[in-house]
Amino acid sequence: MSTQKVSRSSSISAGERTVKVAAFSILIILSVLMILPLYIMVSTALKTQQDVFLFPPEWVPRPAVWHNFIDAMHARSFGRFFYNTTTYSILGTFGEVISSAFVAYGFSRYRGIGRNFMFMILLATMMIPYPVTMIPQFVLFKNFGWIDTYLPLVVPSFLGSAYIIFLLRQFFNTVPVDLFEAARLDGCSELRTYWNIAMPLCAPALASAAIFGFMYRWNDYLGPLIYLNTESKFTVSIALSSFTSMFNIVPWHLLMAAGLVAVLPPILLFFVAQKYFVQGIVVSGLK
Amino acid sequence: MAGMRLSRKTEFRETKYFYLFISPWIIGLILFTGGPILVSGYYSFTRYDIAHDPVFIGFENYINLFHNDLFWKSSGVTLYYTIVGVPVGLAASLALAMLLNVRIPGQRIFSTIFYLPSVVSGVVLSLLWVWLLDPDFGVVNVLYYKITGMAGPQWLSDEHWVIPSLIMMSLWTLGNNVIVYLAGLKSVPANLYEAAQIDGASRFRQMINITLPMISPVTLFLLITGIIGSFQVFVQADIMTKGGPNYASYFYVYYLYQQAFRSFNLGYASAMAWVLFIFVGVLTWLMMRVSKRWVHYEGGGE
Repeated sequence: MSTQKVSRSSSISAGERTVKVAAFSILIILSVLMILPLYIMVSTALKTQQDVFLFPPEWVPRPAVWHNFIDAMHARSFGRFFYNTTTYSILGTFGEVISSAFVAYGFSRYRGIGRNFMFMILLATMMIPYPVTMIPQFVLFKNFGWIDTYLPLVVPSFLGSAYIIFLLRQFFNTVPVDLFEAARLDGCSELRTYWNIAMPLCAPALASAAIFGFMYRWNDYLGPLIYLNTESKFTVSIALSSFTSMFNIVPWHLLMAAGLVAVLPPILLFFVAQKYFVQGIVVSGLK
Repeated sequence: MAGMRLSRKTEFRETKYFYLFISPWIIGLILFTGGPILVSGYYSFTRYDIAHDPVFIGFENYINLFHNDLFWKSSGVTLYYTIVGVPVGLAASLALAMLLNVRIPGQRIFSTIFYLPSVVSGVVLSLLWVWLLDPDFGVVNVLYYKITGMAGPQWLSDEHWVIPSLIMMSLWTLGNNVIVYLAGLKSVPANLYEAAQIDGASRFRQMINITLPMISPVTLFLLITGIIGSFQVFVQADIMTKGGPNYASYFYVYYLYQQAFRSFNLGYASAMAWVLFIFVGVLTWLMMRVSKRWVHYEGGGE
């Protein structure tokens, strides 16, 4: 690559080099700033309670108190909260992706009367803030007797969500129509065409959608806050939000330890599935 | 498509399957979006505490709302956060994306580093920043002291600093925007820059005349979603500040939540929800209209 550059006029390559060096230096500085809060989180999580309030602070905790993680997890029944959050996130995401894919296929594949109008409505609902519909939904679920259960948080997911439908529709639109037409000529039913041909082709898109759905639910706060009252039913986020109220002095070392454990699943998911992650963001953000 | 003629039979079949496939969404739309919007419109004209049936009171909630200082305060706080935070966030995202678009070693590692903080969100993000912004022991003021030799601001406990603090925190989680912008930058045809270089256009001119117009659709998308997202700030207010100090971070949705689920003024809160709904609707419509003047679409001739 560098040999190609040499062949160009030297003034351009000198200018380009300056830009590259400048960009690289700025990126290094910004990277340090980006990493710093995460580093503080880790180092605080490994300090003793006294060392947290040392001034000037020590950058590397000595000794590293790994026991903080165990103490944090035992301060409240975090095992239970993790179980709750995981089950809810997986179940809700499953429902959302399955139903949204179904609807997205309809939007992408069939030129039914009123499709453009329906699609406009879909786009419009993506813009509606949750607080606008939150109160009547709460009343509705209260009438169902669903308060203090996970049902209000999970059941609506099975009817699709505008954002994920939009995302998956973009992917379905890239599949050549010939494939589906061929299946139809072969006598394959519409539902089977969807399930056996469209779905496998869009597996990467489904992965992107699932990651979004999972992350959203894992981090959601307002929804669980409204519907869940009993401590044993709490999500990790709800439990963390009231963690400090149990102590006189904020136990930052335990709070950061618990926080680290709480972000571990999203971080792992990000590293394992970075490709699908980026793809999903790009597709939903462009066009 | 307008140009294509479908036979009656085909049209019927297409329509049948279209509605069959989108039926789950239509049910959801009626039950959880359209229905609730209408119902909250009705609630907004009632006194309703959930324990008793709603009582119709006409425009009283709206009149009270517009005479309530806290309504104006919370609207002002939310607008302040939005008007400063969203443009600053977009500019920073674009700058970062441009840096990442320069061909240099370690590009992918940099991208990962810039995205990583965005994975930390919600409650953990808020708790972490309460600690980072602690006036005495937080790392922000420790660094501030090291650099300037003076004590830093009180951040979240200072009426004037609390919103800037939250904007600063939001700059830490720009990952999504950066990725979208980066993809937008990569999709700008290289021959445009080559032609500009031949014409002797400077880098700055290239950015103004090529890059910004070409990525303007991305900017519009991020602007609209950014504004709508910023109208809904709740977690920061509930976890970090409880709306304080002196209501300086009493965000609109935080106020709405307090009214609905703490004071059980569901009618009043529904009026707030409708005001938000109309405001977001009108604003989005306006932005789409105005955007025709500054957003450049490929193939859309002038």
